Amino acid sequence: MTTFSALLRKDLRVELRTLRSLPAMALFAVSAFVIFRFGLDRTSLDGELAAGVLVPTLLFAALLAINRLFVAEREEGGFDLIRLAPIDRTVLLAAKATALVIYLVVLELIAVPIFALFFLDSASGLVPFALVLLLANVGLAATGTVISTIATMSSARDLLAPLILLPLLIPLVIAAAGAGEHLLAAGGPDYGRFGTWLALLGLYDLVFLLVGYATFDFLLED
Amino acid sequence: MATALRSVTLRRLAIATVAVMGAGYALAFLYAPEDADQGFIQKIFYLHVPLATVALVGFMVAAVHAIRHLRTGDPKHDARSYVSIHISVIFGLAVLATGAIWAKGSWGVWWEWREPTLVSFLIVFLLYATYYPLRYAIEDRERQARYASVFAITAGAFVPLNFLAVRAAEPLVHPRTFSSAGGLPDSMLFAFLVCLAGVALLWTTLVWFELDAKAASGNLGKIRRALEATA
Amino acid sequence: MERTAAVESRPASGASEPAIELRGLRRDFGERTALGRISARLEPGESLAVLGPNGSGKSTLLRVVAGLLRPSAGDVTVLGCALPRETHRLRGRVGYLGHAPLLYRDLSARENLRLAAALHGLDPVAAESRIEHLLGTVQMSARGDDRVAELSAGMKQRIDICRAVLHEPELLLLDEPDAHLDTEARLLVDPLIGPGHGPSRVVVSHDRAAATADADVVLELR
Repeated sequence: MTTFSALLRKDLRVELRTLRSLPAMALFAVSAFVIFRFGLDRTSLDGELAAGVLVPTLLFAALLAINRLFVAEREEGGFDLIRLAPIDRTVLLAAKATALVIYLVVLELIAVPIFALFFLDSASGLVPFALVLLLANVGLAATGTVISTIATMSSARDLLAPLILLPLLIPLVIAAAGAGEHLLAAGGPDYGRFGTWLALLGLYDLVFLLVGYATFDFLLED
Repeated sequence: MATALRSVTLRRLAIATVAVMGAGYALAFLYAPEDADQGFIQKIFYLHVPLATVALVGFMVAAVHAIRHLRTGDPKHDARSYVSIHISVIFGLAVLATGAIWAKGSWGVWWEWREPTLVSFLIVFLLYATYYPLRYAIEDRERQARYASVFAITAGAFVPLNFLAVRAAEPLVHPRTFSSAGGLPDSMLFAFLVCLAGVALLWTTLVWFELDAKAASGNLGKIRRALEATA
Repeated sequence: MERTAAVESRPASGASEPAIELRGLRRDFGERTALGRISARLEPGESLAVLGPNGSGKSTLLRVVAGLLRPSAGDVTVLGCALPRETHRLRGRVGYLGHAPLLYRDLSARENLRLAAALHGLDPVAAESRIEHLLGTVQMSARGDDRVAELSAGMKQRIDICRAVLHEPELLLLDEPDAHLDTEARLLVDPLIGPGHGPSRVVVSHDRAAATADADVVLELR
């Protein structure tokens, strides 16, 4: 069993046992949908409004998971186990980011159908939108894991991660909501600028995976 | 010895800054023609755009210093990174302020979402503003510096991506921009370049000044501690 | 305020490279000096007892030797590795038992030990039998599948000891190894972490009598 899979399985096993993040994320998302229904006074959404409700809700739910990403390491004594081991510490970044992507996919598998049930007239745009969400998840995981590590080691941990992440994730919101506006349009999905949004998401993912890979080791020193 | 040289260089920088900025704005107000569409308010372009350009380059410079800090562990690179961000954030505030004034003068509104540079700057400012709570939240000095460097690198990578994204968000047909980079008559371009040089010098002078002041107070602190230890 | 150390030791045996060599080690935390000008030398196979009142920096010293904390000044050589430059060469050769157990509370003892084995790159099959052997030695085989959170402090300590020796380290760093252990348990763990079984040892202890009895070198921190 490689170190990566050992760490990933550990995280998934702990989450399955404690259900620390997933139920909260799902409940949050559904409650948020209800709040939007009343806040906007709408029972049906399409195009930019649909994207404008779905994407930010998923983002805020993701913040819940990101805040809790290193809780077990913190309790266990602050990364000592990882730091003592003769491994490349970037493996921890990879394992945690992968776990986060998995949590986000599970969240979306629950929240997006419910969103469709509540607000959408047609679900045909959701399949291409799933690709958009997947790319956005990777970007979220890349920046989220790095910032979560920084926040975990600081004293203002619960506040710091969302504070830093929200501006940092705006390009993802722009791209995902931009794509969603077209894919969830009233008359059926329209692929205008689909390539632009995918390219932007891909670029974001690439840049921040590289940045994370290059800097993560320095976060775990000392 | 080094500090004596520093003050000489600093004084020369300050003089050069005043000279170039003076020349630049004289050119802007006296030499460059008034804009046909926007009138006098367009003159703020000679302040707003140089401030924006220099602030952005400043964030990139901070990221480079941060990389060097991580590689060498030398705290002087961290100091340079910190101060670069500090001055660039202040310039960023000035960008937002001058942008608002310009928007009010040109379009009658204090804020314009369709101006991609202004919006990008708002986002960049929001991000770099978190640099301070981040630093204050970590007590151990070495770790604080390391984490700040990782942040500076991440944020530096973010800036160009953010500009791309915000520009992509604007419908292709109707962005409302303050200036098109091309199509400036030579006289305006010349005045602009001199102003740009002046603002760049201003940034450099302010950064050097703050670094110098920090070094001095750091030395003072060391002397004080040494005195207390022997007392 | 500087802390100095008094060292008593047997004359060095000379021929081989020492397990640990400290010269003028200092560790600061901001303005506060936690360790001041510590010098000591430990030959392979010997035991070093670190004594001193609370707050004298005993745990800090252990963490520096483990490679978890960087020295602020001075020379530190552990198992032939100059810290902090060569910390990566030290990893995996040291068994560290900290103040708090390095165990994930939501995993079982076996799962924790398997994770530790994977982190140290041990062959899974060989690791499995070693885990069973260790659990048997400390008499925790029956409760090996219970979540660590459900175990008593003494049981956690025994599991943590197994974790520390799992990869057969050359050097043991033990911070209060007898904490939470009754006399019977102490006898159980002796073959794993006790003196004279092979690895060099550094033991931080409050029990002056017991620590000095087992030690070849004593380091007193003030």
